[in-house]
Formats: sequence, structure tokens, C-alpha cells
Amino acid sequence: MWKLLQIELYKIFKKPRTYIAFGAIAAIILLIQMALLVNGKEYLQFGLGFLDDSFEIPYDRISNGYWICFVILNLLLIHVPILVALVAGDIVSGEANMGTLRLMVSKPVSRTELVLAKFLASVIYVIALLAWMALIALALSMLLFGTGDVVVAKSMELHQIEQSDVLWRYFAAFGFAALALIMVASLSLLLSCLSDNSIGPIVATVCIIIVCTLISEMQIPLYDKYLKPYLFTTYMLGWKGFFYIAVDADGQTIRGSVQNLPAILKSMGVILIYIAGFVTTAVLVFRKKDILS
Amino acid sequence: MKKIFPFLLLCLLVSPALIKAQDVHQLVEKVKARIETVKDYTASGKMKTNVSFLKVPLANVVIYFRRPNQLKIKNEKGISFVPKGAVSINLNNIISSGSYTALDAGQDKLNSIPVRVVKLLPSDENAEVVLSTLYIDEARLVILKTRTTTRDNGSYELEMSYGNYTSYGLPDKIIFSFNTKEYKLPKGVTFDFDDGSGAKPEKDKTKNRKGRAEITIHSYTINKGLADDVFK
Repeated sequence: MWKLLQIELYKIFKKPRTYIAFGAIAAIILLIQMALLVNGKEYLQFGLGFLDDSFEIPYDRISNGYWICFVILNLLLIHVPILVALVAGDIVSGEANMGTLRLMVSKPVSRTELVLAKFLASVIYVIALLAWMALIALALSMLLFGTGDVVVAKSMELHQIEQSDVLWRYFAAFGFAALALIMVASLSLLLSCLSDNSIGPIVATVCIIIVCTLISEMQIPLYDKYLKPYLFTTYMLGWKGFFYIAVDADGQTIRGSVQNLPAILKSMGVILIYIAGFVTTAVLVFRKKDILS
Repeated sequence: MKKIFPFLLLCLLVSPALIKAQDVHQLVEKVKARIETVKDYTASGKMKTNVSFLKVPLANVVIYFRRPNQLKIKNEKGISFVPKGAVSINLNNIISSGSYTALDAGQDKLNSIPVRVVKLLPSDENAEVVLSTLYIDEARLVILKTRTTTRDNGSYELEMSYGNYTSYGLPDKIIFSFNTKEYKLPKGVTFDFDDGSGAKPEKDKTKNRKGRAEITIHSYTINKGLADDVFK
């Protein structure tokens, strides 16, 4: 299994397209950082300006490295699944397309092991991508903009988290994001097992994510009631839950608390079920697959 | 005699009111004189903000004041959302301008402390403050509560309790009540995680447009001078 995983990782990181995602993430993050460095106050005023009449808002203090990382994650984590699909959607179908899949299954390795090795390689790719993202979005932002309290705007509330209470939330959020992206990778793997060309699974994964995200975010009561609870995209934003802080009876925030931990745990549970479902289906499909190319 | 009688009656009826108005004016002047012994101060304390849509921690704040009306509340380490009215509607702004008419509104009790209720009407018709009601503790010559109605920004209320710095007319605790605007951002912008806490009760909460900031002051440094940079 370890040998298989090494081979799969070698194949992933040997392909130039793997690095497109790393390059794209770096470019987008640097662009956002530069924009916020120059126009951070205006960006904040766009969201919080209507409170200017009631409160003195210290915009210069809010636009610190922690807040900028939150903005980056908010903007990027909806698009990163596309970059994950680029690699995971190609992992089986790409080989079928090139004709190397038949060669692989002719080796004395079970098909289950082969799919699991490909899944694990996708997982490592996802973690590497997120680590890269954390390095640039969090570490570089901290370096460039310093640290401070984080102010997170919800549609109905404004949450402020003290500086000393922030870092662990990022670790937790990145951990959650890793799970969500692994779910996307497992969906791509399943679609990849169903196809013999690499473009199909990549496009299909992207389309599924776009459609499901739209349904999740449209705020249409009919969809919210009957569809939203069953869509995996509904649970992908769970990482944000770590930045929603609980308050005491006096309305003051409680350090180290999370507003709704059971909802986050539920989301994690749903994501794990989806991952298990997608991977199991992928294994079953691959075991029965007629490999003709 | 017939002509003098109505005049005497009028004098009898009006004179107590005039005497009262004079008393009240003197009372306000005495309070003002006490407040004016403080040219500047730096106070450190903790600010507790209670606004339905704001989830903020207890903040360590430093208050800087310099006569006539410069006041700045700063959080030295973190971020604080300081209510704007707390800065502009302070005691000095209300009574130090001097251009007002003081009216006696009788006696009352605040937390079982007898107080004189005084209404201040600004002489300037275009002033932002339309009416201020002061609840003055006559025994200690301090203001325990003010209610200020402004032209554009609703009403504000200041409640003060005194301790170590009563001789300067400086409170140990200030509770500031103010009006807030409704807070709502489109979900398409915030991309909220729907954790079930943003359902109907939250919507109702944002309609409660009353906010409260409570500042408990630990210590004052009085009349030691302050740099201009502090108020920038």
C-alpha cells in the first residue's frame, strides 16, 4: 500500500497541472493582500460603513493579518474545490485516457488497494494545498499586517475575537477545510472512476459544486427546507463556525468558546459520511469496471 | 387699590417660580464649578458593551479628557466599538457651554437617593441637543443621571455612580444607553455558516435598537496635562 501511495504521489507531483493550483492560490492571495494593503479601509467601510453613525470603528486596527486571512479564506474556499477537482478528477480517468490503467490493474495489486492509494494521494495533495494556503494567507498576512483582534461579520451579527484567542481557531478552520476538500476529492475520484477521459470528471465535479452551492446560498424557502439539508455544500462552510463566538448572560464574549459547536460537529459528521459514501462507491465501481483502454 | 391688587397677586404667583429658577441655576452652576476643577484627566477602566448584534469582549479602555470638550475612549490593546454619542454627549458638553435655560422639574429619587430634576434648554435653536434632563444629587453636588434628546440621533442616557473621585465630580461607573441602527448584511456577501443560530429569534434581536455601554473606572490621573496626539 505504501509503495502504491508513493507511486501515486510521484505521478501527481510530476504533472505540471498539479502546480497550477499552487500558483493560482499564491497569485490570488498576493493580489488580495496587495488590494487590502492599499484599500483595506474602503473594503471594511463597504461592509461596516453603515455603523459609522453609531460607533467609532477603528478600521486601521481591524485590518490586521488575522482579519485579512479570514477575508482570503472567505473568498477562496468556495473556489479551491475547483483546484482540487483538477487533480482528483484526473486521477483514474487520466490513466484510462492514457492507457496506463490496464497496465496497472494487471499488476498483483487489488483494485480496492489501487483506488484507496489514489484516494490517499488525493488527500495528501489536498493537505499540501491547504498547508500552502495557510502559509501564504495566514503566515504572510501576519508578517505583512501584524496581528490583532478579529472582527467577523455575519448577516445579523458582528463577532469580535480577541487576538490571543484566534490562532487555534485558524488551525481548527484549516482542519475542517481539509475535511471539506477531501470530500470534494472523493467525489472527483468517484466521477473519475466512472469516466475514461479526464475532462469529464473535472467539469462534472465543478458543475455539481456550483449548482449545489447556488441552491445552498439562494435563500429560497422551498430549497432550504427540502434540498439544503441534503447537499454536501451546505456543510462545507462549517469552518466559519469556529469564528462565531459564544456570549455570556451579559452579552460579553467567552474566550475559547464557539457559538454552536454541535452544528460544527454535525457538519463534520455529515462530511465524513459523504467521504465514506463516495470512496466506497468509487471502490465498488472500480472493482466492477470494464477496463478496455 | 383695585389696580394694585392684580399686580400683587401676579407677583405672589410668579416670585416662587423665579426664586426656584434662580435656585436651580445656582445648583447647576455649583455642579458646573465642581466639574470645572478638572482641566484634564486620564482614566483607565473596563468597558462592557451590550448591543444585540455586537458580540464583543470586555475591553480594557483608557479615557482621555481635556477641557473644554475633548474626550477620547481608546482600547490600548485590542479593538473597541465605542458608541459615538458617548464621546459627543458628555457632561461637559451639556453644561459647560453655559448657553442654556435651567428649569426646575421637581424632586425625585434615584436608587433611593433624593435628586433634583433639572431640565436644560439650549439657547441656540440649531443646537444638536434639544433637551437635557439632569438628576442632581444636591447633597454631594454630582449628577447621577442625564437624559439627552438630540435633533438627529435620538435619545441618550447617562447614569453615573460615584466613589473615590466625588470631590472632582468624576464617576466610578458610567452607564451609557443609546440608540443603534438596524444591523443587516446580505447573506450573499457574508456567506454565513448556517449553524441554526441565525433563525427567527436573531432577526427579532436586531430590532431592539437600544444599546448600552458600561464603563467601570479603576483610577483617574487628574490635571497632569495631556498631549495633543492623544485626541487624534
